[in-house]
Parts: sequence; structure tokens; C-alpha cells
Amino acid sequence: MHIELNVWFFELALTLYFIAAIIGVIELFKGSHATTRAVFILSGIGFILHTANVITRYLKGGHIPITNIHEASSFFSWSIIFLFFLLEYKYKLRLLGAFVMPMVLILMLSSSVFPREIEELNPLLSSYWFGIHTVLAFLGNAAFTIAFGVAIMYLLQERYLKSKRLSGLFLRLPNLQILDEANYRLISIGFPLLTLAIITGSIWANTAMGRYWRWDPKEVWALTTWLIYALVLHLRVTIGWRGRKAAILSIIGFILVIFTLFGVNLILKGYHAF
Amino acid sequence: MNILVVGLNHDTAGVEIREKVAFDGTKLGNAVNTLKGFPEIKENIILSTCNRVEIYANTDNTESAGKRIIDFLSGFHNIAKETLEQSLYIHNGRNAVRHIFRVGGSLDSMIVGEPQILGQLKDAFDFAHKVKSTGIFLNHLMKDAFSVAKRIRNETKIAEGAVSISFAAVELARKIFEDLSMESFMLIGAGEMAELAAKHLIQNGVKDVLVTNRTFQRAEELATEFNGKAVEFDKFLDALIHTDIVICSTGAPHYILHKTDMQKIMKQRKNKPMFIIDISVPRNVEPEINDLDNIYLYDVDDLQGVIKTNIEERRKEQERAERIVDEEVEAFLRWQDTLSAVPTIVALREKAESIRKEELEKFFRKHHTMKEEEIRAIEAMTNVIINKLIHSPTVALKGETENKEEMVALIRRLYGINEEK
Repeated sequence: MHIELNVWFFELALTLYFIAAIIGVIELFKGSHATTRAVFILSGIGFILHTANVITRYLKGGHIPITNIHEASSFFSWSIIFLFFLLEYKYKLRLLGAFVMPMVLILMLSSSVFPREIEELNPLLSSYWFGIHTVLAFLGNAAFTIAFGVAIMYLLQERYLKSKRLSGLFLRLPNLQILDEANYRLISIGFPLLTLAIITGSIWANTAMGRYWRWDPKEVWALTTWLIYALVLHLRVTIGWRGRKAAILSIIGFILVIFTLFGVNLILKGYHAF
Repeated sequence: MNILVVGLNHDTAGVEIREKVAFDGTKLGNAVNTLKGFPEIKENIILSTCNRVEIYANTDNTESAGKRIIDFLSGFHNIAKETLEQSLYIHNGRNAVRHIFRVGGSLDSMIVGEPQILGQLKDAFDFAHKVKSTGIFLNHLMKDAFSVAKRIRNETKIAEGAVSISFAAVELARKIFEDLSMESFMLIGAGEMAELAAKHLIQNGVKDVLVTNRTFQRAEELATEFNGKAVEFDKFLDALIHTDIVICSTGAPHYILHKTDMQKIMKQRKNKPMFIIDISVPRNVEPEINDLDNIYLYDVDDLQGVIKTNIEERRKEQERAERIVDEEVEAFLRWQDTLSAVPTIVALREKAESIRKEELEKFFRKHHTMKEEEIRAIEAMTNVIINKLIHSPTVALKGETENKEEMVALIRRLYGINEEK
């Protein structure tokens, strides 16, 4: 049977992410410069192949490939790695890959079990508002996902410093300040993206269905997520809720992100396909 | 040609002996030159630090050279030979090479991995080199010792992790803050350890320095020393609002920093992280402050705990460093072998022979019409030529005893015989 090019790209990217994630987990227990570099290189090549997958699907389908669950999970992973590399370029957190890649792997694996056909676009979705809405939503959520990884790193490092047992992972985790800063930066990127995603989504809903807001479960939960991150930013600026408290809040925010993305579809029903 | 090490260190000799045996000031020059004058000792280097005094020599007779060095040490420093011998260790050959590599790699140091010893060894070598008490053999050995040290530093984590209070403070600060030059620092009180830690913080980038003391004059003195500002003691709590790193070391028998104060201060500084080091005994900072978010409080015991962990980590790395030393010792011994006469003579002959064969082949390929006896004659003649050519260097190599290594090295260079390495 002839296997399509985009599927090849997907499989190869998935394989590389898989190895990167395993090395990442090993790195948490017994890391060195070599493992950090391996995670970085493998996920980098994986990302290039993954990008090729997204592009070939776009060219073949003629629309942004975020129309079914396979594509959505895959594009979400792509966004996470994209932001991960941007963040590494600026902050060089090194160990971050070990926290991000396992999450990416889970998303990619869940993506891989869903049908991969490039579907005819539902006429409802054939609006460029739809494209903008989904891309913004996924990029925003990707920023929150990495913020979650960074928050976990912060909490670990904070625990080491408070408990004064300074060995193992402590030596390889970056300093608290930069973790806190990266967390703040990610949320302040994710928040406006999510805001715009909600706005463009409602514009699209209005053009497609004649109403801006329908209290669809997805909409409700997205709004809750939005409120939580608004709170995180607000508390930081006004009364200096940074460090541990900010990290815990961004973990709660991430749980909402995941529920909005997946939980709503599994438990509640709405018109959002994903 | 053999390496001899005679020396003592912190393990084998108490400080009162080490003090006596140290070659400080002008003593070093005198000693190196005296050793140079002994016929048994062809090259020598003296390493003298507060933890060790060692003499490295190149000699053909390790036994008599060893005796000579002990006599010299006893005479030079006026110490009874018996006392000295109890503290001395003597190594030669492989063990001597290993010992020197371990010293340079800081494996023999009191605090394994401490960085000073390498610099001290370099200084010792530079001095000896300057007064020309070293030659090809010790030069090569030292060059190797330095590269072994470098390898150990790069390939193991033996020098990682602070092993002193002041370094531990800096290291912890680096795990809390991204850039120390952006943080402000306050020294509350004074004291040797606190001042040393303050100095290290400043060396590592901290610029904004405040000093406070019950005696304002003392605060001003220290502020001048650290290029900072003195703060009156009853106002230091206000200054803490803008301070990120605090070292506290006063003689007060009670807490001077309470949790309730710090709660207010943290609110005012919008929870910007703070690192507080309480070096005072008894403690001056209420320990419960560590429970507050964004404050990291370490007392002397905590820092000692950090140091203890780091020392254990270094021990684990030591095994890997020892393997590097073993490898390099073997490499050095292989090089040393090439320095002796016999292999050089063999190599010289092989080289000449291979040139002869090569040229003959070329020649006969061109002149393939030659008769059998002509070929024989040419072969015999070329043989005689190379024999005559290598005769004198061979005799020189066999005969030379005074500067054998130099001779071997020279001949190897002249004839392009490569060292195996």
C-alpha cells in the first residue's frame, strides 16, 4: 500500500519525539551535557519533519490542517515545540526539554490513534476566522503548557532550596529567578493569544451561526481558563504573587487548559469538534 | 633516567614540621641551585605550599639521590633526619609519575579538587625552568601533569560544588538569582567568615553593598573596604526592603530578625526573593523565616550540610579521575621508553633500512635490465653506506651518560624519528 508523504513525516517525527522523551526522562535521573544535547537535537529534527507534515497536509487539503482530532493534537504538539525552541533560544533552561518532551509525546501518541484522512472541509469551517481562531488558541495553550513545565521545574527547585537537600536534580535545574521569569513571560504570551482566540472565535461564530456567544461548554471552560490566567497576571502585578504561588496557579491553569481541550469533548457535548 | 619524588604533605606531617620544611622567599632559589649542584640529580623542581613540600628529581640512581635529598633537607632546614624520615614519602618510577599527576590533578589535596594546587605546581615549574634546573625529562613530565589536570577538570566533576562556607553562599545565591550584579547585598555585623563570604559575593558580581553594625564606625570601615554604604543599625530593617542577599553575623545572643518583621518586609518588596545567610552563633535570624515564601534562610549548619554533600559528590568523581591518571601514567612511561638509547638505536637503524629499501626498489624498477651480480653489488654498497652513516650516532647514544635524554631527543629530532604518542 502506498503510504502518503505526510504520514511518513508524521511517523518519523513521532519516532524522534519518542526517543527524545525517553532520553529526557533518563536525563531527569542521570543527566549530562550529552543527554541535554541529544534531547535538543532529536526534538529539533523531529520538529523539522513535523513542520513538513503540517505543510504537506496544508498543501494537499488546501486549508490549515486543524480539522479533526488527529490534526488538532498534532498541531498542538507542533505549537508546543515551536515555543519551546523560542524559549530555549532566549532563556537556555536546558532541562526544560525533559519536562516538555514527555507531554509532547503523549499528545502525539493520542494524535496517532485517530484517523488521519485529510477531510473535506465542513462548509461551516470554511472561513479564515476559523483558521485564525484555532491557530491562536493552540499557540496560546502551547504557551500555557510550557509554563506548566517551567512551573514544575520551579516548584522542584524551590523545594530543594527550602529543604536544603542540595544534590541530584538541584545541580542541573536553573535558578529560581529565571524559571519564575520564564513562567511569567509564557503566561503573558499565552494570555493575549487566548484572548484573541476567544474574540476571533466569537466573530467566526457570529458569521457562521449568527451568534457571538452560545454558552457552549467549550466556551464556558475557555472563559474560566482565561479568568484564571487573568488572575495570575493580576496578582503578580498588584501584590507580587510570584514564585511558588504563581507556579501553583499556572499549574491549576494548565489543568483547565487540558480539560477545555480534551475533557469537554469527552464528558460534555458541544458544537466544538475539538 | 628515573623520576624521584621526596616529600611530605598534610597527611604525613603536622603543621609544625611543614612550616619548618617550607621553602619560602629566597630559600627556594638557594635550594633549587644547591640540588642542581649534586651529581646524582640531573634535574629538579621544588614544590612548596602550606600543605606540602615536595622535591621532584630526575636521577639515574634513585637510592643515592634519595639519600642526598634527605640529607639536604635535614641540613638546609636544620631538622633531625629521624624526625624528617617519619614524615617523608619517597616514590620512584611509575609511582612517582602517578604521584605527581595526582598532585597536579588535585587528587592528593586536603580538599580534593581544590583549584590552587595546579597554579602552585605551575609556579614551581616556571621557577625551576627559569633557573634552568629542569631539562627535557621533567619539562615533559610537567607538561603532561598540567594536561592531566586539565583533563580531570574537564572530564569529571571533581572541582564542582562549593566546599567552603563562602563559596557555598555564592553558589546558593546563583541558584536563586539569575545575575548577581543586579542584586543588592547587606552585611549585618562583622566577623572573619562573614567578611570572606561578602568578599566572594562581591567578586562574583554583587555591586550594591550595604553594611550595618552596632558600632557605626565599624560599619563605615567595612563599607569603605567593600566599596559600599554604611547603614545605621536601628535603620537596617528599612534598608532590607531593597536588599536581596543578607549575611548576618553579629555577636547578639538573641534573634535580631524576626518572622513578623520579615512578613512586613516581604509585603513591601512585593515578594521579591531574598537570600539570608545567618553565620552567627547563636543564631541571629529566627529560623521560621525560612517558612515564608520567597525567602531562603541558611544558617551555618545548613551550609556545612551543603559542603558535606559536595565533598561526598567529589569523592564519587575521584574514581573516574584516578582512571584518567592511570591512563596518562602509562602514556608517559611509553614516552619515557623512547628516550632510552636502545629503542632509539633500533629505530634509527629501521629508518635507515627502510629508506635504503625504498630507494633500491625505485632504482631497480627503472633499471630492470640489470644483472644479478650488479644488483648484489649495489645492495652491498648501500648497506655499507647506511652502516657507516649510523655508526657515529649509535656510538654517541651508547656512550653518552651525562646528558643521555638530551642526546636521545636530539638524535630523534635530527633523524626524524617520531615519539610514539
